Amino acid sequence: MSAPAAESYLSARIGIRSWLLTTDHKRIALLYFASITFFFAVGGVAATLIRLNLIVPEGLLGSPDLYNRLFTMHGVIMVWFFLIPSIPTTMGNFIIPLMIGARDLAFPRLNLLSWYLYIAGGVITVTALLLGGVDTGWTFYEPYSTFYATGYIILTIFGIFVAGFSSILTGLNFIVTIHKLRAPGMTWYRLPVFVWSTYATSLILVLATPVLAMTLLMLLAERVLHVGIFSPQLGGDPLLFQHMFWFYSHPAVYIMILPSMGVISEIVPVFARKPLFGYEFVVWCSIAIAAIGFLVWGHHMFVAGQSLYASLAFSFLSYLVAVPSAIKVFNWTATLHEGWIRFDAPMLYAFGFIGLFTIGGLTGLFLAALPIDVHVTDTYFVVAHFHYIMVGGAVMGYFAGLHYWWPKITGRYYPEYWARFAAILAFFGFNVTFFPQFILGYLGMPRRYQAYPPEFQIWHVLSSAGASILAVGYALPLFYFTWSILKGDRAPANPWEATGLEWTIRSPPPPENFDRTPTVVRPPYQYDRGKPCLQVGND
Amino acid sequence: MGQFPIWPERAGAYAARLDFLYICLLVIAFLTAGLVIFLLAFFAAKYRHGSNADRSGTTKKTWRWEVGWTTISLLFFVGFAIWGARIYLRLYNPPPNALQIFIVGKQWMWKAEHPGGQREINELHVPAGQDVRLVMASEDVIHSFYIPALRIKQDVVPGRYETMWFRADKPGRYHLFCAEYCGTDHAHMGGWLTVLNAREYADWLRQQGGQQTLARQGQNLFRRYGCSGCHEPGGTVRAPELEGVYGSPVPLSDGSVVTADERYIRDSILDPKAQVAAGYAPVMPTFAGQLSEDDLAKLVAYIQSIGATKREGAR
Repeated sequence: MSAPAAESYLSARIGIRSWLLTTDHKRIALLYFASITFFFAVGGVAATLIRLNLIVPEGLLGSPDLYNRLFTMHGVIMVWFFLIPSIPTTMGNFIIPLMIGARDLAFPRLNLLSWYLYIAGGVITVTALLLGGVDTGWTFYEPYSTFYATGYIILTIFGIFVAGFSSILTGLNFIVTIHKLRAPGMTWYRLPVFVWSTYATSLILVLATPVLAMTLLMLLAERVLHVGIFSPQLGGDPLLFQHMFWFYSHPAVYIMILPSMGVISEIVPVFARKPLFGYEFVVWCSIAIAAIGFLVWGHHMFVAGQSLYASLAFSFLSYLVAVPSAIKVFNWTATLHEGWIRFDAPMLYAFGFIGLFTIGGLTGLFLAALPIDVHVTDTYFVVAHFHYIMVGGAVMGYFAGLHYWWPKITGRYYPEYWARFAAILAFFGFNVTFFPQFILGYLGMPRRYQAYPPEFQIWHVLSSAGASILAVGYALPLFYFTWSILKGDRAPANPWEATGLEWTIRSPPPPENFDRTPTVVRPPYQYDRGKPCLQVGND
Repeated sequence: MGQFPIWPERAGAYAARLDFLYICLLVIAFLTAGLVIFLLAFFAAKYRHGSNADRSGTTKKTWRWEVGWTTISLLFFVGFAIWGARIYLRLYNPPPNALQIFIVGKQWMWKAEHPGGQREINELHVPAGQDVRLVMASEDVIHSFYIPALRIKQDVVPGRYETMWFRADKPGRYHLFCAEYCGTDHAHMGGWLTVLNAREYADWLRQQGGQQTLARQGQNLFRRYGCSGCHEPGGTVRAPELEGVYGSPVPLSDGSVVTADERYIRDSILDPKAQVAAGYAPVMPTFAGQLSEDDLAKLVAYIQSIGATKREGAR
């Protein structure tokens, strides 16, 4: 199965050019892995300094301007250069063609261009942030950004604008690939849920990102040329900016969480050795989330001065979008019933995801209730809520997928017990970091405060202590994955006894993926009394 | 440090009403999360690989479960939406005869102007048990006026008035924050709401000294800026008389009708050609850029005051 001498995509060509000019989806995925890890580290350093500052009420770092630049940097880097591209460009890129039995994505060169656009945007933005930064927050609210903000705003926004094209092209590539390149027999209802989730995510990427691009262009036009659009000083409307910004940025939340849901839907059946409970419901819930997710942006504006009737409608729709998420949680849980459950590292991350995502989702119900939102919006309650979704949910899903597909990607095992330890550490560290922030928020502690009244200190200290545990949990994989690449045991083709097409080829895969086009004969996650029934057939 | 505060103070009855909704949601959230976590742990233990648990009951009719939990979730969610909306509507219905205080936010302070002309910065003194209505403006960026003990918050968007109202029942000193990020000293843009009982409040008003009332100051500005030349009887240019206008419907030249609230009055001073009263020529010049938010508040207070006299006279 895994003859070490067999040619793989890693060994087929060597040299720096073979990487920077590659059109192999698997190599591009690795380019993304490297760059995304870098941006995650940059955002993480900013987060560390934020938590450090908040240990004392007057602010340990002393300077409000420094603090304001740090949380802006943290938000901008984490949202646009880590969370949004994270799973689709890495595991999506690597695994989707393998899952559907394709040779590559539909447009391999466009795929490489996406990476260069992402890197260009990232370099521009990081340069701006390192030159002196920006003090707007990642939301760039108006008229602050046009007339009152200091720093390299134009450069930062230009960087995000460029990276947006990477998102759009990636989304386009996936949509076409999933429509056109499925192997014979791979019908829509035989697609693994990860493919469906990536498809739903791609729809949002293609439909929402242009709105962000337009909004940012208008902001630039106003700041540079004083074209009156958003600032009342120029006859503009600040709420127009918020409507346009959240019309992108709320669906962007689903760009971050849907791929993670897809990863969890892969891992839970494999480690429970049972079909996914309610496959069709999980699949259509992804599509429903993508669709309804476009209609809830106004819940970011309940106290912003939008009309009463708009707020009532957006509150109702926000409850509606919570239904499909709830259904998914119930389906993952029900999948475990009568399974043969194993507790390898990917499954531990998946358990962590379900627990944290459930708390994040339930606190979303509080925020959708209008009068509670009035009290806790712009406080640490909101900060805690979206970190439970984006870090507890999306990042846990990222690590779950990374541990799940790592043997396929590298052809090596990682030290299993270190990985389990890291998963448990991250789960506990995360809760200690962010659960106190719910309490802080209901107490009334506003977000984006460099200094705060002393009675809030105890919770901030607890939160910072948790962050140091979380940081260890996130740093550990860096070490044992490095060790794994150098010294890890060789992995076979199908180490987890999974059923998908990607597990029928060598680990690491050959450059051409499949020797001959596979034929798919059954739905994913089929097990006969705990024994896998592969999707691929002989005829 | 040293203690773990878990619940914010309550300065009024509304806070208790909101806390009740919050507690009910908390209970349901804990039960739901508890159920999910219990099932995860229970299944994980019972059906771990290698256990001898019975696995013969695999049900084929999964859709019954799906329909079941979808329906239950939906019913609960719609219930919460309606409950929340009912409480929220209250915030949009200020009682009549509330004490009106103008608030101006700017980087990085809150200024308050009381009807009696008293002014304060980063402090707000209000009487206990009385309805208070805030008319708020911003001189620069978006700020947000937030009093956690009252569970209320409203963004203050530059270029227009925002209003909110509350009634504080319990005397005391409560945090007042800016909740919308507004620049360098955002964290320091705040102060205290002081709720006083009736006698203390009267004392406080007296100690502030004998200023002119806000409306009276507005009347002086009304003369100084030449508004009275047209808007009072005997003016050379025909302009709408402003007595009794406040709070009443105004027919506009485009056929629509607006209620002359403080927003309309403010807009009419700064952008008079946008909403012209029916039957009048659009000849009034704009005062945008000439009036500070403080002066605007005085003018609006004056026009409100002559609106009230007329109506009371008519009764």
